[in-house]
Amino acid sequence: MMEVLDILLSASFWAAAVRIASPLIFATMGEIICERAGVLNLGIEGIMVIGAFAGWMAVYVGAPLWFGVAVAMGAGMLFGLLHATLTVPFGLSQHVVGLGVTLLATSTSYFAYRLMLPEVSSPPKIAPFQPYEIPLLSDVPLIGPALFAQTPMTYAAFLLAGLVAFTLYRTPLGLALRSVGENPAAAAAQGLSVTGLRMGAVIVGSGLMAVGGAFLTLSAFSSFFFEMVNGRGWICIALVVFGAWKPGKAVLGALLYAAFDAFQIRLQQTPIGAVVPYQFFLMMPFILSILALIAMSRRAEVPAALMVAFNRGER
Amino acid sequence: MNAAQDGARDVVLRLDRITKRFGKLVANDAVSLTLQRGEVVALLGENGAGKTTLMNILFGHYVADEGTVEAFGEPLPPGHPRAALAAGIGMVHQHFTLADNLTVTENILLGTVPLWRMRLDLTRAKARIAQLSRDFGLSVHADAKVGALTVGERQRVEILKALYRDARILILDEPTAVLTPQETEALFETLRKAVGLGLSIVFISHKLHEVMAISDRCLVLRHGKLVGEADTHQTDRHALASMMVGAEIVPPDVSPARPGLAILKLSGVTTPDHGAAPGLKSVTMDLRAGQITGLAGVSGNGQAALSDLISGVIVPQEGTLCLGGEERKAWTPRRAVHSGIARIPEDRHHTGTIADFDLTENTILETYMDPPISRWGWMNWGAAEKRARDVIEAYDVRCPGPSARIRLLSGGNMQKLILGRVLEQDPEVILANQPVRGLDIGAITYVHNRLLAARDAGAAILLISEDLDEIIQLSDVIHVISEGRLSPEFSRGSRTPAELGLWMAGQGFGEAIDAA
Repeated sequence: MMEVLDILLSASFWAAAVRIASPLIFATMGEIICERAGVLNLGIEGIMVIGAFAGWMAVYVGAPLWFGVAVAMGAGMLFGLLHATLTVPFGLSQHVVGLGVTLLATSTSYFAYRLMLPEVSSPPKIAPFQPYEIPLLSDVPLIGPALFAQTPMTYAAFLLAGLVAFTLYRTPLGLALRSVGENPAAAAAQGLSVTGLRMGAVIVGSGLMAVGGAFLTLSAFSSFFFEMVNGRGWICIALVVFGAWKPGKAVLGALLYAAFDAFQIRLQQTPIGAVVPYQFFLMMPFILSILALIAMSRRAEVPAALMVAFNRGER
Repeated sequence: MNAAQDGARDVVLRLDRITKRFGKLVANDAVSLTLQRGEVVALLGENGAGKTTLMNILFGHYVADEGTVEAFGEPLPPGHPRAALAAGIGMVHQHFTLADNLTVTENILLGTVPLWRMRLDLTRAKARIAQLSRDFGLSVHADAKVGALTVGERQRVEILKALYRDARILILDEPTAVLTPQETEALFETLRKAVGLGLSIVFISHKLHEVMAISDRCLVLRHGKLVGEADTHQTDRHALASMMVGAEIVPPDVSPARPGLAILKLSGVTTPDHGAAPGLKSVTMDLRAGQITGLAGVSGNGQAALSDLISGVIVPQEGTLCLGGEERKAWTPRRAVHSGIARIPEDRHHTGTIADFDLTENTILETYMDPPISRWGWMNWGAAEKRARDVIEAYDVRCPGPSARIRLLSGGNMQKLILGRVLEQDPEVILANQPVRGLDIGAITYVHNRLLAARDAGAAILLISEDLDEIIQLSDVIHVISEGRLSPEFSRGSRTPAELGLWMAGQGFGEAIDAA
């Protein structure tokens, strides 16, 4: 048991949890925006891949880091536009289109990567975002290094969550977005453009998902390799449900999942890891997430018009 | 207000020769309408006459193929609800356009604030809503989620939504279809206040007594055409009804019943309460062949439990049922169908039909397991379609054909199909739960005549209705239900409506039980 305590009391564990949570927060906020407007975006996994690739590529060819983030966002918005066009005005199945977008975005990224770097065996590295220690705050024991010695993208992730929550609940735009996800007919009767709002939400949301992907290459791993997103997009879909479509709760969910993940990595290196097969540790965050999901999402209020296409003038 | 007092009645709304086609169907055929300040115009017509289409064009949900709309002297661009709202037109839709998970205030605010403003000022909005509530007598709880409200409250929110935007013209599409009589009276009170404050109202309905009570002028639509116009105070219900249907209305001729043996008996049946809805409390009743037994009562007093019990959906806690001389504790829905119990469910959209199934599939929902519809586990779609065609033919179901999805049918035609589905099986017992709710006069008369014909053919009919007039008109014997308790059986004409009303309010049960 001492090993477990050691892990829980180490600043590096908490810092890792916050770092692992950051890309999930970006992408989860993106998905929340989409789903609150009534569109399920299963393109999330592929959009994270294209974000990771496009952001990294821009920086690799010489662009500044923040410009790389912008390129990732733009690439994500492009695929968001594709998803939005097919699902909103054309009203196609959101599941099928989403999975298609994921496959297309993923293979496009891998293809472009191979085109541009045909002959590398080990992935080339870029100079990623460096941690920025916030004066004074970062000196607080334990939470200082965990929360206030992170890279700028992590700070941006948490600021974004606040911004999304504020927009959803405190601005007319947020009310309009939520209404098209709850009852598009009501929104249309009030003179709002359901198509415009939903498309806008999907495009912006997809941009944020791509930034989540770019976090992996520009802030965490400093290179792009295949399978690097590794199901994070699907985790975010679950986090949206876990958070009951609320940004604050979703951030907590992301942190919880990230803590499990950081915990299992460290636990593998203790004597316990010598006895228990490592696959068990890899399973842990998923099993715990499922249990938490069961406990948390019982009374969640699903946006009533999620996955319901809306066509004006239809009889 | 001043304008009205001066007598300078100016036109606030003018629809000019509106035509709208849906494929081959002409929903509106050169319909013109004018509305004056401070006036209530009723738009009358049977289901499918084109009332709602006309108002949806006015409000910009549909674009008319021909014709123009003018509000306050300005032409209204077609196809833009926003333009209609800006011109001061507010619409209360028949199917409310409210988001359940948002609060009352949020629903009302929706679309009234520019999208890119940084903040929602809820405090000011609430103050304004409170003010409007007082002015118009519309009490609502501003912070409640709409999903938690009753139907009457939701309608008040819909009206507040329009008033909040300073609507000068209110369009109400079948506003009373879902209201209790008391709620309807409160709505009329609100509308009178609105007219007093200078608003103009278009009131869409097919309920004649309401039209007579609230409107100044009536326009009658039939098959998409304007077929008549009348000053409400110089016409009567009968004349309007004839205009709506295009023929003289003949009320069903109720001949005396020739009751036979009791086919279905309930003795001392008690069922569990279901949330706020009471179960049955030691109910004993006999349904006799060749007789209509009416069940009067305010909605939610155990009618659902009784209907579910007979349908075979719930099982009694105590007491026994007896069907055709055979005593049973309960039965399953399938058993009920096989034992000759015909069920006309209360909610034809949710429990009576499957919206996206076609007419053939809906026709055989109860009989698909039996020959000739299926044999040895194989469907015989030819036989099924023939059954559907027979019902469509015999029951005058107006539809594109047996392969049309049933959701495309009007309520009246849907009900005719359900009637045909169950009556074609020559049932011994008919459970008719609110069989004419939401139907127009023509369809109501049709359903009533069919039920009477089934009675004369020897069926035992239980008619459940919240409409006391309907119960009194059709029933040979009447029971009143209140909080799950059943009154003694009253024969036709032995109690006045007022006396039955007292039973409905729960009086008289104590003595009856003492006497027993």
